[in-house]
Amino acid sequence: MLQLLAQQDPGELEAGLTAVGRGIVYGGAAIGPGIGIGIVVGNAITAMARQPEAAGMVRTTMFLGIAFTEALALFGFVLSFIISG
Amino acid sequence: MTVADRHAPVPEAPEVERELAFDMLKRGVWFAPAVLLLATIAWGPDGASSAAVAIALVVVNLVLAALGLSWAAKVSLTAIMAVSLGGFAVRMGLVCAVLFAVRDASWIHLTALGVTVLVTHLGLLFWELRFVSASLAFPGLKPPDKEAVVS
Repeated sequence: MLQLLAQQDPGELEAGLTAVGRGIVYGGAAIGPGIGIGIVVGNAITAMARQPEAAGMVRTTMFLGIAFTEALALFGFVLSFIISG
Repeated sequence: MTVADRHAPVPEAPEVERELAFDMLKRGVWFAPAVLLLATIAWGPDGASSAAVAIALVVVNLVLAALGLSWAAKVSLTAIMAVSLGGFAVRMGLVCAVLFAVRDASWIHLTALGVTVLVTHLGLLFWELRFVSASLAFPGLKPPDKEAVVS
């Protein structure tokens, strides 16, 4: 493995590590908010089923919760492009 | 929650998501020139064009999310769950497609794009949050002005 790394140009290693880092950032940015949105929507649906008269308020909070969670994903996606840029 | 509950229609409520998104869209029209100006000062003409792409990306993303959820709310609780998570995947795919399309363009400054996406998204949300918390959770319930009550 070390011999293999020694045979490579420094530029190739850097490019490879950049690609790995980009994948980690991109994956983290997709998984984290995905779980977050699942929790937000799951609880909102439970609340609407239990208390239908509060559906308007619950949906407002749910939409804002989703939008705030998505900010993390957007930031991660853009960051992954900046890393590779 | 039983299976029957999940397929039950969502209780009647105004299309709050649509109201929120179009409120943010209206504020975005006021917000955009200031952001474009700041981006031009900080990064030059490339920064301005990148900021314009970022603002469009954020606004379209919010409006698509709102339209999807408004539609799903008329169908069932299961549809809300499906549209929320499926919509997230689709919209993030669209964001990536746009970023792939513009990242090598000569008029794009990636840092300006990233900063503007974050500032616009969070700025519009916090601005809307201020009004939502002042209006008892959704704009339709906003209390009347004191002057209107007195007269």
